[in-house]
Amino acid sequence: MADQKIAAYICQGCGLGERLDTVDLAKVAQKEGKAHVVREHEFLCNVDGVKTIQNDIDSEGVTHIMIAACSRRAKAEAFYFPAVAMSRANLREGVIWCQPDTDEARETTQEMAADYVRMGCAEVKKMIQPQGNPGAVRNNRILVVGGGMSGMTAALQAAKAGYGVVLVEKAGQLGGWAGKIYKRIPSRSPYQDPQDTGVEEMVKAIETDSRIKVYLNAVVAKTGGAPGRFQVEVGQESGAAGTEEVGAIVQATGFSLYDANNLPELGYGKSANVVDQAGLEKLAKEGNGAIRRPSDGGEVKTVVFVQCAGQRDASGKHLAYCSGSCCNTSIKQAMYFKDANPDVNTVVIFDDLRTPGNGEDFYRSAQNKGVTFTKGKVSAVEATGNTCKVTFHDLILNDQNATIVDADLVVLATGQVPNSGVDIDAKLKAEVAAANGDTSLLEAIEAQEASGQKPISVLNLDYRQGPDMPQLKYGFNDSHFICFPYETRRTGIYAAGPVRRPMDMVQAAEDATGAAMKAIQALENAAVGRAAHPRSGDLSYPSFRIEGCTQCKRCTVECPFGAIDEDEKRYPQFNEPRCRRCGTCMGACPVRVISFENYSVDTVGSQIKAVDVPDEFSEKPRILLLACENDAYPALDMAAMNREIYSAFVRIIPVRCLGSVNTIWITDALNSGYDGVMMMGCKHGDDYQCHFVKGSELASYRMSKVDDTLKGMGLEVERVRTFEAAITDIERLPKLINEYAAVIREIGMSPFKGF
Amino acid sequence: MAKKEYAFYPGCSSQTKASSSNYLVSVNSMCKTLDIKLTQIPDWNCCGASIGYAEGGELPRHVLNARNFALAEQHLSGQDVVATCAACWLGARETKERLGASAQLLADTNEALKEAGLSYKGEAEIRHMVEVLIEDLGYEELAKPVVKPLAGLKIAGYVGCQTNRPFGIAGESFENPKYLDKLIETVGAEAVPYDQKVTCCGGALAFSEPEKSQKQIRDIVESAYDHGADMIVTPCPLCQANVEIYQGEVNKRFGTKFNIPVAYYSQLLTVAYGGSAKDAALDGQVIRPTKLEELASKK
Amino acid sequence: MSEANTQAVEKYRNNFLKEVEERVEEGEWVKMCMQCGVCSGSCPFGPHWAHPPQEIFMMIRAGKRDEVLTSDSMWMCTSCYNCIVRCPRKLPITHIMHGLANYAHRLGLAPKGQPTREFGKMFWNNLVATGRVNELKLSLSLYFKDGFSQGIKNAMAMKDVGLGMLKAKRLNPFELFSPHGCKDRKGIHAMLKKAREIEDRRKHLTS
Repeated sequence: MADQKIAAYICQGCGLGERLDTVDLAKVAQKEGKAHVVREHEFLCNVDGVKTIQNDIDSEGVTHIMIAACSRRAKAEAFYFPAVAMSRANLREGVIWCQPDTDEARETTQEMAADYVRMGCAEVKKMIQPQGNPGAVRNNRILVVGGGMSGMTAALQAAKAGYGVVLVEKAGQLGGWAGKIYKRIPSRSPYQDPQDTGVEEMVKAIETDSRIKVYLNAVVAKTGGAPGRFQVEVGQESGAAGTEEVGAIVQATGFSLYDANNLPELGYGKSANVVDQAGLEKLAKEGNGAIRRPSDGGEVKTVVFVQCAGQRDASGKHLAYCSGSCCNTSIKQAMYFKDANPDVNTVVIFDDLRTPGNGEDFYRSAQNKGVTFTKGKVSAVEATGNTCKVTFHDLILNDQNATIVDADLVVLATGQVPNSGVDIDAKLKAEVAAANGDTSLLEAIEAQEASGQKPISVLNLDYRQGPDMPQLKYGFNDSHFICFPYETRRTGIYAAGPVRRPMDMVQAAEDATGAAMKAIQALENAAVGRAAHPRSGDLSYPSFRIEGCTQCKRCTVECPFGAIDEDEKRYPQFNEPRCRRCGTCMGACPVRVISFENYSVDTVGSQIKAVDVPDEFSEKPRILLLACENDAYPALDMAAMNREIYSAFVRIIPVRCLGSVNTIWITDALNSGYDGVMMMGCKHGDDYQCHFVKGSELASYRMSKVDDTLKGMGLEVERVRTFEAAITDIERLPKLINEYAAVIREIGMSPFKGF
Repeated sequence: MAKKEYAFYPGCSSQTKASSSNYLVSVNSMCKTLDIKLTQIPDWNCCGASIGYAEGGELPRHVLNARNFALAEQHLSGQDVVATCAACWLGARETKERLGASAQLLADTNEALKEAGLSYKGEAEIRHMVEVLIEDLGYEELAKPVVKPLAGLKIAGYVGCQTNRPFGIAGESFENPKYLDKLIETVGAEAVPYDQKVTCCGGALAFSEPEKSQKQIRDIVESAYDHGADMIVTPCPLCQANVEIYQGEVNKRFGTKFNIPVAYYSQLLTVAYGGSAKDAALDGQVIRPTKLEELASKK
Repeated sequence: MSEANTQAVEKYRNNFLKEVEERVEEGEWVKMCMQCGVCSGSCPFGPHWAHPPQEIFMMIRAGKRDEVLTSDSMWMCTSCYNCIVRCPRKLPITHIMHGLANYAHRLGLAPKGQPTREFGKMFWNNLVATGRVNELKLSLSLYFKDGFSQGIKNAMAMKDVGLGMLKAKRLNPFELFSPHGCKDRKGIHAMLKKAREIEDRRKHLTS
């Protein structure tokens, strides 16, 4: 890099000038950091300071800048120089705000600052300002899979925003569940009566919108490509119906009702007078609201609604979860009867009545109309002639054998099962369970394979990691439900409606609108080669040195977003538009051939090596802290704003995700004489907070193997520690650092110093 | 300040030599200082109290209260009806509210009132004496006549139920109303925080279910003691009676040695305004409020 | 069992909820209970209720007429109004309890000798006599409700209370002979008689 010209800027504002010897820091930048231009400035982020930098870039031929001032999270708008590579040495939050302002602390505080200047210079030297993907393409169409309430809403919303839509519906008409019901739960004030579904109007709006192309009786036979350039084969029974190119995808495939045939104890299948919620809707729709007893067409005088039928089940036989919509549905269905004839006895037997949204008003309205709500658990429904006997445990009166003897109709609220396609991790989950002694899952898969039945995929993704979006729990498609509920693990593909989590129609419409907006955002990003959330706008993307690659496939397997395919020679094939720039591939690569232009094994490794490690007699240990830039690093910044003090021996490097941490950094640090290495990443597991879903989990798995390395080096296992950190851990993180510093003091200095 | 005039509804327990006659005496003294004129509703009758439900039912109770309103409208037109008793106020307000909400009930009530030659138009407003003090005068105004601040006196303000629920004093919370504490502070005493401020004293069930009620009284008195109170002050005659006169019974039942005076806010104000023990009817306490008596006798 | 009860059973058959809605004070609110139990947890006498309010509401809906009307639970109400102000559904629970107790009393189903029922009856009769409550007579009738000798015992047991009140001039022995009272007793009696008549007519009650 002969034409590299590095400029270092040392800010004296915000108290930096008073607390630190900036002349000395400038010397460090010049001598050790090898910066060609070094400037001190009393207030770098002001107009004059920014102009100084811009001037150096414009007239002095500066290509790389190192700004030693505040945290990289501060003043990002002032320090915005897209033409050059830039690093930031965090002297404010990272040094003077987290160190005591005392004479005794002056020396270690200055050492800290000097190290960050060294690190900033070392880093920027290895950085290249990303230029973006020259192959980025634009496609302004969105594929919506599923034509129910969610899918129709997504299609209409996207079209309204000016984007084209391809709508693929499996059935012969649009509408989905909403098309099969008599009336819907009210979506408008005063939330007192069942309301028309509005499906007809929506279908008409779709049919008359020239931006929307509809395929009926159709499925997605194959999906290839990436955001901005998806290629979708639409299949119909007769064969291929067409190939569509789209920029993004919304999967709105909805739910199926849990199969009531699994509930013989509740009389399903034994009496025509026991129906599920779909069955009741069918009766209501056919009779246009007038509902007769199915067994003989007799008058209905008593109806019993059984809530949580096969739901919230602790035995493992049925659904473990609450579907969140069935209580309101039963309330609505009870009103079908009450509104027609107030004398019909309608009893809803519930355990907990859950009426989200404005359902509370709807519930009250039902009570006003005389619907009886009984807190209890139904144990049996027996058919006798044309009526049923319902036996239940009355939970208020604690009567184990309460009964309703003459129910003409019993409606089972069985809940939602997502139509989420193939569970691509099924085998892995089964193997993990089998390793823990439970072979039932594995046997089920084997039985299915033996029968020749293949699970039906929704998207048929032509991705290395499997044909559908990953699932988290209970078969629902994984979305980042704690922090970013719309984000899925397949960039540019968004799950909407009950396929994502159980929900009612109001929520589904809202969810679908959000998904449509995300899809638009995704195709707009793809058009310019920009990253989606959480590194929104990032133009860097990973590449690899083919000559070093051993085709080990770890990157393709571990990418949380399925961004990397394999070519015929089993080399990785990076799909930039699918990539979220977390660097998990970089952390995974055993031969370290994967890198980003501005984030690589070298940019971090050289920072680690730039730190001045005092000898073992100095009693000044050095602790490396690799902190996730999404949670841990901001939390540390905020701790500094609160003037929480932590050890002066720690040197912090922000990383994109703990998943991007390559173990070479750990061994390099230990070999260079660091006394300890801390890593802070986000919570993982089913309730993960990792912005890249799997990054911190993979890191913790990799680090679990570090102990052997340490033992091999003759070092104590305490020298490397991984911690889970949340953005709210403002007081906890400084404490963790200090505790760890105490541990290091306890076990003593590393024997590797000075080698 | 101009003289304020109200149609006064003292209630059965405030009559001379009745269980809260000391309340009435002190209210009269207090009002004299504050230039409030109370004119008794001529021939007023019992409100029916809460316990009236058992035999009285619904309409007869409302008719009882409506008779008082009708009399007030007839003789003291334009004046708000002011009750000092919590139960009277509650019963009366309940009637006022129900009759206001139901034309049927109002018509039925008037049909019955006709038998006594009366009719109720729905004009009279129903207030509690505390509302008059706080809303019509305000704490600042109430502080002005204080000549003998009750410094050093630690008081547990016992609000109880019926001035607090279901209507309560406007702007106060049901769980922690502050008006009584503020009144205590207005006269220079210290309001001690304690956790039984709005606990039920047992109400009428103090008579019919003494075993069950006396636990309530014990809890209230014990908490006031635990938080260092010298005395308890209340706006409700039934609270006053139950918490004061049953302390001996509570001591017998629970082996406690309670002996804490229980007074009315009006007695506090009277003393702070320079009234004598007699003006404040302190001789009406079964448990002598010695500290308050000392202050009252101080020149 | 009274004639009124037989008539009620005949009229409402097994629809107790409807009976309560039509005949009990604020009874139309019963169906609005959502079974959260805040009332039961807020009641100062909670532990003494065989069936706390939440349960009573459920029993009404389940048609358990006899269990509800013969229960002494409603008679545990101290009229503290805690349940009313805390009910998230704004049910006038205190009034419903009063109403149920009154209804059970009217039908003759309320437990015989239930102390609060007896006291309530005495209270009302006491106030009706002169238009105002005579506290001394009320206390004496309470003590003597179980007969003369028991009354002497009761009165002796409470003599300390009585003496204290006497000393504090808050109990007037002359009340026994020349009680306070309203002037227009005749009008009050006529008015209350009429009110009862109207109420019975509205609730289709004959007694």
